[in-house]
Amino acid sequence: MTKDECKQVVLDIIADIAPDEDLSNVKPDVRLRDQLQLDSMDFLDIVMELRKRHAIEVPEAEYPKLASLDSCADYLTPKFNALPPKS
Amino acid sequence: MNTCSHYDVAIIGAGMSGLAAGIRLAHFGKKVCIFERHNAVGGLNGFYSLSGRKFDVGLHAMTNFVRPGVKGTPLTKLLRQLRIAREEFALCEQKQSRVAFGPRGETSLRFTNDFAVLEGEVAQAFPAQIDGFRRLVAVVKTFDDVGLDAQPVSARLMVRGHISDPLLEDMLFCPLMYYGSATEHDMEFGQFVIMFKALFLEGFARPFDGVRVILRVLLAKYRAAGGERRMKCGVKAIVADAGRAQALLLDDGSTITADHVISSIGAPETEDLITPPARVAPPSVPGRLSFVETITVLNQQPARWGWGDDTIVFFNDSPRLEYACPVGAVDARSGVICLPNNFDFGPVQTLPEGIVRVTCLANNDRWASLAEAAYRDEKARWFAAVQASARRFLPPLPDQAAYERAVLTTDMFTPRTITRYTGHFGGAIYGAPVKHRQGRTALANVYLCGTDQGFLGIVGAMLSGISMANYHVLKST
Repeated sequence: MTKDECKQVVLDIIADIAPDEDLSNVKPDVRLRDQLQLDSMDFLDIVMELRKRHAIEVPEAEYPKLASLDSCADYLTPKFNALPPKS
Repeated sequence: MNTCSHYDVAIIGAGMSGLAAGIRLAHFGKKVCIFERHNAVGGLNGFYSLSGRKFDVGLHAMTNFVRPGVKGTPLTKLLRQLRIAREEFALCEQKQSRVAFGPRGETSLRFTNDFAVLEGEVAQAFPAQIDGFRRLVAVVKTFDDVGLDAQPVSARLMVRGHISDPLLEDMLFCPLMYYGSATEHDMEFGQFVIMFKALFLEGFARPFDGVRVILRVLLAKYRAAGGERRMKCGVKAIVADAGRAQALLLDDGSTITADHVISSIGAPETEDLITPPARVAPPSVPGRLSFVETITVLNQQPARWGWGDDTIVFFNDSPRLEYACPVGAVDARSGVICLPNNFDFGPVQTLPEGIVRVTCLANNDRWASLAEAAYRDEKARWFAAVQASARRFLPPLPDQAAYERAVLTTDMFTPRTITRYTGHFGGAIYGAPVKHRQGRTALANVYLCGTDQGFLGIVGAMLSGISMANYHVLKST
């Protein structure tokens, strides 16, 4: 998975969690919280959807790594690439 | 037939909070089952059919209404958390509501889903109080009302810090108390803030078809997420050992096990199920506030009688509001009138019949012990008294006899009805006066959601289920 693909995965999740947000102009280097109305309940949902859909675990101490799309991609892409191939 | 005997989470009660908790848990892959003693969902906010008509119970209006685009409020949080599109509820806004005080409602504050209307009314009726009112509103807006570990503070004391006219104080408390307070005379300030936002800063709306639309959406989500439910199958006992729930004994005599139990039935009611009894010091005290509600169905729209403007009227005829368990069977001096026809359903839709609902405080003990014939007589007597009292706060009827002829049917619920259908001790609609924000009980894996967790109203109930599912189950696994 590339970092761009990883960003799309995160955006797809946000689109389902917060369908009332406009995601067409999300800046990858700006904190998601600063450009979208997402609260702690929404961030918990991003983490849980990552687990549900992609079996990616994000421990609570590492939630700050999901702050922006860029930081999500830096943090999550290696995790995606380390997943065992789907059988 | 659901035959599995072990669940990740068992939920007691299929009301708004239990269903919302269930949707969250099932969505994230938990094996969850809701156990409901009755054959209908909804609990305090359900509906029933009587001679072909459907009557809503509980819900006069859904509070917390905000228009599309307004974010960060309870309604939008709940829609996101449950993955519900707002169109699914198809909410129609209120026209206007009023707080009317004095023997004929001489002092009146109108409010709508636009807060400026209430602010303007306060400025006009209480010019000396408007600055204090604005200060109070500023405090309300910045108060953290959903924190799970706030310390209780008297709302009366907090409000008096800004408002010195007792009439205005009571007029503000009246709707907030009637729509959710489990404590007499006063409220906890956090609860006051939740209700102030829900009613005044946000607003009222309802689906055209009433509460069943909301329940239908919740049930469909729950089912689609893979949640199970067992109807007509309540929980008879929570079998405890070593400080944990080990099993649930069901009404049908069978036993199931669950890693977590979420109970929406109330704090004292949940404690009562624990076997052997947990030593809780002090045990939860049931609430004392119960209600009667009269329902009148008319073959005319309320507008026909000049009653076409008000959606909800909160009334009180006394110098001070007495929100407390009455000495007599009913206290008809104050109450709530709901005219469901007066939501703005748009140009095409009109409810087929006129409906007038009136709610007043009632004393559970006075109703609970009556023999059947005496119970019927008391209902008839108080039905008339409640109508007579409430009518003082609506425009006078042009033709009393014509109104009486337009009545198709009536019904009335009492504290007895509430106890029977909700299981709340003492018919206490809003549960016990002491709330448990973190939902903890004497058992480590049993949590409360709903009324006694303390988020109020139906949006609050759903958020309560969501919060407790998140906090106790989803976040920790």
